[in-house]
Amino acid sequence: MITCLGDALYPQVGVAAVKVLEALGVEVDFPAGQVCCGQPAFNSGYREEARRSARAYLRAFATSEHVVSISGSCAAMVRRQYPVLFEGRPGEAAARALAARTYEFSEFLVDVLGVDKLPVRHEARVTLHHSCHTRRHLGVVEQPERLLGMVEGLEYVALPRAEECCGFGGTFAVKMPDISSSLVDDKVEHVIETGADELLGLDMSCLMNIGGRLRRRGSGVRVRHLAELLAGGWGR
Amino acid sequence: MRRYAKRGAAPAARSARGRATREARARFDAVTRATIADRPLHEWLDDYQAVEQEWHRWAHDDLGDAEAWRDAVADVRRHTIAHLDHYLAEFADNVERSGGRVFFAADAREAREYVAGVARRKGTRRVVKVKSMVSEEIGLDAALEALGAEVTETDLGAYIAQLAGERPYHITGPAIHMRLPRLRELLSRAAGEDLREEPDALAASARRTLRDKFLTADLGVSGANFGVASTGTVVLVTNEGNGRMTTTLPPTHVVVMGMERLVPDWRSLEPLLTMLPRAGTGERMTAYVNAITGPRREGDVEGPDELHVVIVDNGRSRILGTKYEPVLQCIRCGCCADFCPVYRTMGGHAYDSVYTGPIGAVLTPLLDGLEGREHLPFASTLCGACDDACPARVPLSDLLLELRSDVAGSAAEPRSRALGFEGFAAVSARPRLWDLLLGAAGRLGRCVTRVSQAAPRFAPTGRLRCAPRVVRAWTDSRDLPAPAPASFRRLWRRRPRAASAGERR
Repeated sequence: MITCLGDALYPQVGVAAVKVLEALGVEVDFPAGQVCCGQPAFNSGYREEARRSARAYLRAFATSEHVVSISGSCAAMVRRQYPVLFEGRPGEAAARALAARTYEFSEFLVDVLGVDKLPVRHEARVTLHHSCHTRRHLGVVEQPERLLGMVEGLEYVALPRAEECCGFGGTFAVKMPDISSSLVDDKVEHVIETGADELLGLDMSCLMNIGGRLRRRGSGVRVRHLAELLAGGWGR
Repeated sequence: MRRYAKRGAAPAARSARGRATREARARFDAVTRATIADRPLHEWLDDYQAVEQEWHRWAHDDLGDAEAWRDAVADVRRHTIAHLDHYLAEFADNVERSGGRVFFAADAREAREYVAGVARRKGTRRVVKVKSMVSEEIGLDAALEALGAEVTETDLGAYIAQLAGERPYHITGPAIHMRLPRLRELLSRAAGEDLREEPDALAASARRTLRDKFLTADLGVSGANFGVASTGTVVLVTNEGNGRMTTTLPPTHVVVMGMERLVPDWRSLEPLLTMLPRAGTGERMTAYVNAITGPRREGDVEGPDELHVVIVDNGRSRILGTKYEPVLQCIRCGCCADFCPVYRTMGGHAYDSVYTGPIGAVLTPLLDGLEGREHLPFASTLCGACDDACPARVPLSDLLLELRSDVAGSAAEPRSRALGFEGFAAVSARPRLWDLLLGAAGRLGRCVTRVSQAAPRFAPTGRLRCAPRVVRAWTDSRDLPAPAPASFRRLWRRRPRAASAGERR
């Protein structure tokens, strides 16, 4: 599951995720019928439109054994909201079934593949933004930290107030830009406070927000998805 | 797309409603911007949340299995709401049996008029109040003041907010945003003397002023944290002792409570009394827990001669049985605001309501109507921090989402937005069209990149000066990445190996 944002703006994240998954022996398929999970419409109150996007998703992934998403938030949309969206409607069973086999990238590596060591080396001081939906809706907190712990040469610094939202919130970022900008400023302060060279995440939407603000403020902190770090340091 | 054509009202109706919506949004933006621009206030609210969150965590860790306690609270609340008619009747019967009088007020006006009637009959000159959320909701103060009575809030925070002429900033901390210099100014003016800028001195002064009000008041108005149906008892929790003073010293006591504030019996009160102070203020219990059953009886040393219990509906029964019913589980601890980054950033007054924080964003449109409050359900990033904190498991994010879908279907929703989502949905169901659009976006991205490399002055990376408003809302404060020259699906197609598998559908 590449997500619309990952497809259009961050194809390198998908490429990295595929590289890691294949290196771990997973057969990766990319059903081209997927476009968007429907979360932007759903969160804006447009449920019929969200269902339209979602139905295309249900069709696209109908035969996939596991669905791995490079966005925790999109995975949470499928897992938590698809059953709500299709409750009492045609497609409910398919929605529940897809919800049950959809995973966030780091979650899939740790919980499904049972990864406990990685041939990855990367020397940097890094911090991690878990993202709210990954943390709260998927319950994925430890998994990315465990993966980082397997990377040789890496120094991991926890982000202060890690559980706090970066202020992205999907359309919130443009609907309430004053509040959103103030929140991302708070988040950027915490990132800078860690003294990390890199900020990692599990969701490019949050990283687009934090990274966009970091760049605007002239910060040199490198912002990227966990999969990019793993793929970049693989076999070194 | 024809399927959606009926959404949105006729243009005339939309423009009338649109005005109220736009004006409310403009007020909201003004308050929000002022809060954000006030850096000392920003830091103050940041600190308050950090401290509250730490105490909250401590008080929950202290419990052992806090999640089980939250389940217990939610169970009691759900059960009570599901059988509210039964418990209301039982509660009213028992209040009357113990000598109190009960009045069911359908709306704010009925409630105000009943209390004003009691005050008039008693020739009330001085009113003291405690726990006054619902009385604030129904606008009671103005009704009593119209009779010539002096009304005084006795909760220190509420008293300070009243002196400032402000709405409560926070459900359990009405003056949480005020710092010492402002407190000194307000309390000095009230006391008629120049007070020292020290918390103890200021509190002592308020205590002296309020003590006099308690001793001379002829009417005490309180809210209710809970009403115990099995005995007709009103339960109040306070930390300042003002609850006891207000409900025992004046000869008449009027309780103004929301109709959903009940619990079946004393056993079911236990989880609520356990969790309310832990969630609200991060403490094991409050300094005072008052249980008031009827007025003073023969042999009682103190207590009012008359007890009136006004049970206020004011929009609550309309919520019963709807998708919004879980909002009635709320026990008004205010901890959703303590964990909400949006509340901290925009401030309590941006809600323009008695009820602030995430619960205010849900409850205010439900009680007062969605019109002119369409922005409130969107004042959230849906991060879920409130859901995790709520002791009564009110599904705040889900309720905000439900409200958003009501807004999308309302007359105030601009057609352009509806079209945007309809268009995107149509594209998302047509992968080939999406692919074409990505190709075009990629070419545009390459073009922007080339221009910005050749002449950075015209198109500095990530900054778009002449973009639509929705894009500028992003780029005013943040860089925006250019579309990738080749989308993922394009790269995938070009893959030498396994490409056929990818092309399967």
